[in-house]
Amino acid sequence: MLQFARWKTLTILASVLLALMLALPNILPKAQQDQMASIGIRPMTLGLDLQGGSNLLLEIDKADMAEQLQTLAAGDIRATLREAKIAYSNIARIPGGVSVKISKPEDMEKAKERLNTLLQPQQAGVFAGTAPVNLYALDSVADGYSMKVTELGLEAKVASAINQSLKILAYRIDPSGTKEISVQQQGADRINIQLPGVDNIEDLKKRFTGTGKMTFNLVCEQQPNADGQVPPQDCASYPYKEAYDAALKKKDPSGKTVLLTDAEIKALPKLWVQTSSRSIVDGADLTDAQPGFDQNNNTVVTFKFNQKGALRFGNLTKDNVGKPFAIILDKVVQTAPVINEPILGGSGQISGSYTTEEAGRLSIVLKSGALPAKINIVQEQTVGPSLGADSVNAGFIACLVGLIGVMAFMILPYGFFGWVANAALLINLLILLAAMSFFGFTLTLPGIAGILLTLGMAVDSNVLIYERIREEWRNGRTALSSLEVGFKSALGTVLDANITTLIAAVVLFGVGSGPVRGFAVTLAIGIFTTMFTAFTVTRMLVAIWVQRRRPKEINL
Amino acid sequence: MRWKPFRPVPDGTNLPFVQWSRYGYIASGILCLLSIWLFAYQGLNYGIDFKGGSVITVRTQGPANIDEIRQKLGGLDLGDVEVQEFGGPSDLLIRLEAQVGGPDAEQVAQTKVKETLGSTVEVRSAEIVGAKVSNELTEQAILAVLISIVGVLIYLWARFEWQYAAGAVISLLHDVLLSIGLFSLIGLEFNLNIIAAILTIIGYSLNDTVVNFDRVREYMRKYKSMNMADLLDFSINSVLPRTLLTSICTLIALLSLYIFGGEVIRGFAFAMIWGVFVGTYSSVFVAVPVLMLLGLPREAKRSARLEAEAARP
Repeated sequence: MLQFARWKTLTILASVLLALMLALPNILPKAQQDQMASIGIRPMTLGLDLQGGSNLLLEIDKADMAEQLQTLAAGDIRATLREAKIAYSNIARIPGGVSVKISKPEDMEKAKERLNTLLQPQQAGVFAGTAPVNLYALDSVADGYSMKVTELGLEAKVASAINQSLKILAYRIDPSGTKEISVQQQGADRINIQLPGVDNIEDLKKRFTGTGKMTFNLVCEQQPNADGQVPPQDCASYPYKEAYDAALKKKDPSGKTVLLTDAEIKALPKLWVQTSSRSIVDGADLTDAQPGFDQNNNTVVTFKFNQKGALRFGNLTKDNVGKPFAIILDKVVQTAPVINEPILGGSGQISGSYTTEEAGRLSIVLKSGALPAKINIVQEQTVGPSLGADSVNAGFIACLVGLIGVMAFMILPYGFFGWVANAALLINLLILLAAMSFFGFTLTLPGIAGILLTLGMAVDSNVLIYERIREEWRNGRTALSSLEVGFKSALGTVLDANITTLIAAVVLFGVGSGPVRGFAVTLAIGIFTTMFTAFTVTRMLVAIWVQRRRPKEINL
Repeated sequence: MRWKPFRPVPDGTNLPFVQWSRYGYIASGILCLLSIWLFAYQGLNYGIDFKGGSVITVRTQGPANIDEIRQKLGGLDLGDVEVQEFGGPSDLLIRLEAQVGGPDAEQVAQTKVKETLGSTVEVRSAEIVGAKVSNELTEQAILAVLISIVGVLIYLWARFEWQYAAGAVISLLHDVLLSIGLFSLIGLEFNLNIIAAILTIIGYSLNDTVVNFDRVREYMRKYKSMNMADLLDFSINSVLPRTLLTSICTLIALLSLYIFGGEVIRGFAFAMIWGVFVGTYSSVFVAVPVLMLLGLPREAKRSARLEAEAARP
């Protein structure tokens, strides 16, 4: 047991050297760090609570999504029945969908056949291996049919919306793609965004409070002349941007709020625009958008269509010269100019009394494409760089003092063996740091607490071994036999004791998030490194000592 | 020169823990009931993780006038606004309750606070937790504590007999109860970090308990005719030096964290320190003596000669 094969000693020494190398970048200046990074050796990643930054949790607005689907269903039903020449009446919104009345009973079968084509089977993907799921379910109701969004269908829609949103959001936050941001899906309908060291967080947040859906609509001939009027069929009612901005400013002078509630919008002056597909060009066909200035030196956003968009936009403007059209962004009328001449080149400009900042933001949003649904911020953590730096310093000092305290306390009862334990402790710490760095785990403030806790608990293995050796020695065994039996019988206990802590750490990792997860990580890695050092490093050092000194008694 | 080692427990110590545990049960019972009462009537000072709302920490230039700031912020019509010192006279923590009025409301409230404080005040951190997220976090936290207790139960059941698993879980519940009782009593902010602390306390207390159990099991095999109470006492006493040394080392590390680790982590460090005390106490005075009450099965006694042989080192 205490005979230590040469190759084992060499392996242990090699792993300590390796750990030393992997942990080294953590104390090197930036220049050397970059050098070492080129061969894949990096320092620990600091969590946002230590380096400063923001962590945002966004959630797809399912209600908004369901409403969109409802509107689409209504439009589809109308178009399909019209095309099939089936007389219908009263397309009404019902909870979770729409219902339609078929005028003649003999059309019922035909209508069912037609409506069945609208159910939109969803891509398997999420439900691989199961039958395809329809987005809508068709049911008979009195004199007609109802079309409701199915639960599984909505889930599939949300899943694909999240997928699209990830890329769009990443672009909106960092158009140049050079910052170290992370945009990740979390759970079924959430997105986690990590922004290290960002200082214009407020501005960034405005980039995803709107979906960025833009359309060019012809304006309805009939316009409202009093508040609260209901627009005719095929027309939709949207507030003007000037009125919208003014109301926002009144609601929150700081300019941080970017949305009004439906009730607040109700009172604003409105423009009615056409909604039939013949009278709309979709902003999704934009290829480029840039902030710029017009001839009067007003801030505008210039845009360029792709071929398809350019063609549609050209036709629409050609057929409607002299009539006004509106540019709608996120359900607000940006501007409603009169078409003076056909716009055939596929490019144009939006002037919506923008500030320079707004125009810059808008062009980023337009270029990124529209988000498939509204997104809400449900959780936000921002730590300033100064607090982060303070935490790093405080954590470092706490670790240092804790380390010295524990080491000093190990000398008191164990003397020489205490030094052995301390050597093991330092190597333990080294391997812990190396593992954190190499595997790219994030160090958070609770993670530092985990390291400290590991410090305190790591010596437990040594204490268990030493106390056992001591007992064996006092029970009358020879020195060598005590050492041997001590190590052997303590092994089981050390394992049992550590596995229980490991269970707690694993549970924490499973359910925790962010900083708390960082604690679980250091605690768990600490348990492994502790078990490793206790049974390799400590044993090796004791074995070397035994070989050199051939002790006849144990002074523990 | 000979090394005069420090021993936390003199050799040959044999304290009658099982006999004392009678008083231990009474004390623990009273404290547990008290904790339940505190939890029921006073409740916990839930942080925004569980309650929703927002927290801002700021640093003022020079010592802050808390009363004035409290008054200013109170006039903003944002519901309950708590202002407290946070680690130093110029550091403040401001807590806002969950706002009504849509997902945007929390953001608006925070901006109002920041603007009211003015530009001379440095915002050091800001945190918002929406109502839906806070409900989920609460569920997760409860789940986490339950899963780890069940996990431990299963592990101990597999490694030991059921009596050990039961004893360990009783002492765990004891630790969790007493921790919650103390947090309620002193109004410690109860957040996710504290849940992490409770889970770690569970891990630590078990660590201690298992080491004691290991020894009990070993002695059960070795001394088959020894009276049960004596055997448990003997086991606890044999492991006592280790119990104390490890607890002291862990306490040294945690105290260092509490004193030097900064205000953000102080609550966690405090919870852990308490946990080490309670965990150590419960292993010795609850977990092992409970084995006596549950009754461990013993193998048939061997002859006295074999017994003596087995007892010889």
